[in-house]
Amino acid sequence: MRPLTEAETRTVFEKLGRYIGENIQLLVDRPDGTYCFRLHRDRVYYLSEKLLKVAASVPRESLTALGTCFGKFTKTQKFRLSVTALDFLAPYAKFKVWVKPGSEQSFLYGNHVLKSGLGRITENTAQYQGVVVYSMADIPLGFGVAAKSTQECRKVDPMAIVVFHQADVGEYVRNEDTL
Amino acid sequence: VEEVLAAAEEQEAEKRRSVVVEKELELEFDLGNLLALDRNPPPAAQLRGVGPQREVQLLALARDNTQLLVAQLWELPAERAGGAGGPLVARLPEPTFRLPREKPPPRPKPPTRWEQFARLKGIRRRKRTSLVWDEQAKEWRRRWGYRRAGGDPARAWLAEVPAGADPEEDQFARLRREKRERVARNELNRLRNLARAHRAGSAVPAAALHPTGHQSKEELSHVARVARVSTASLGRFQPRLPKEPAEPPSRSGGRKRRFEPLLGNLAAERSRQLELLKDMGSKKPVLDITRAVNKQLRQDEAEAAAAKGKKQSQRGKRGRRQ
Repeated sequence: MRPLTEAETRTVFEKLGRYIGENIQLLVDRPDGTYCFRLHRDRVYYLSEKLLKVAASVPRESLTALGTCFGKFTKTQKFRLSVTALDFLAPYAKFKVWVKPGSEQSFLYGNHVLKSGLGRITENTAQYQGVVVYSMADIPLGFGVAAKSTQECRKVDPMAIVVFHQADVGEYVRNEDTL
Repeated sequence: VEEVLAAAEEQEAEKRRSVVVEKELELEFDLGNLLALDRNPPPAAQLRGVGPQREVQLLALARDNTQLLVAQLWELPAERAGGAGGPLVARLPEPTFRLPREKPPPRPKPPTRWEQFARLKGIRRRKRTSLVWDEQAKEWRRRWGYRRAGGDPARAWLAEVPAGADPEEDQFARLRREKRERVARNELNRLRNLARAHRAGSAVPAAALHPTGHQSKEELSHVARVARVSTASLGRFQPRLPKEPAEPPSRSGGRKRRFEPLLGNLAAERSRQLELLKDMGSKKPVLDITRAVNKQLRQDEAEAAAAKGKKQSQRGKRGRRQ
């Protein structure tokens, strides 16, 4: 377990910034305590200082996870955000997509969101912008990348993909052992 | 009794009074080396014969000269080191006197076998061009090394069987073996030359530390590092050269990574991250392109809608005229 280096922090913040923009500083600088990021076995964890002090006394081989896992660094040092970060992305998301009840299931199985399943989308969403996917009842289902901007979404045909799937809460069941 | 006391007092006073020293010629001072040169001719009587008298006179001479040197030192600009209560410290000027060698100069290396042969035959060193014209690639390539003229020897796919050679022999293996032998032979000769020079008594191990003019950057930096560390404090108080890096390059050559401590100053970490965020935020350019595209699309839509409306109204009018 170690703190992130400058370059690693930059990568992580850039990735997070694609979804929550400048609200990252609300994650870094919290009024209710000191929270920090730590790297353990290529995974980035977000935890409070209190928890960190406790976790520091666990031997490295026995430590499985700590706090909330935001994602992991791949072999080539790219950062992949995982669904376990959803709790922290959802409240601060800048661009949101609501999915119709019919295609909720499809998204939770790992498929992309088609135009036919699109309920609402935030105005001014750029293409390839990171978005958080909600159900019509405002429950966060996961996150993804907008395949088309809002304007284009209006004109495109119903079978076109509008949101690329990146992570969904169904992964808790599907990829239980790799989370 | 009073006379004795008075005599004793006079003697004391004389001793203390001798802060002032009279000399015919002024001394030459090199305060950087704490050196005082006295060119006054000593009285001949002092140096004749050995004995306690001579010792006393020499001591007095030394004492006088030291007094003058210390007086000069006290005239230097001084300041209090470490605040008001620290000791008074004077800054010495640069030394001007060139100190003689401590050890004798190194003897030259004995010539190597090739050098002897070359001298005998009168062969002189011809300067080679660094780049060679490669016909194949039609450009100037270096003589050896990366992208050399004549192609990469490791990729040579053809090895001709020379005229008198055994047709069953593996030519590639032969080339590899010969290269290995050549390298080994050169290395052996180099070591032999080194041993010969060492035996002849010249300071050859330190020859690497003497500048020859054709040393590589790595060799020079290694030598500089060795020189820095060869002090009693192992280089901790050596001033740095103008372009030397501030922290010394690690002994493992940059292989070992160092990380921040796990539970280090969290407030500092947080402030650093916020700084980083600010830095990242300021560099992001405003996405004008997408906005422009969206605007254009909206305009197109509006135009299309207007045109449709006009067409319908026109058609309607035509219909009614009939």
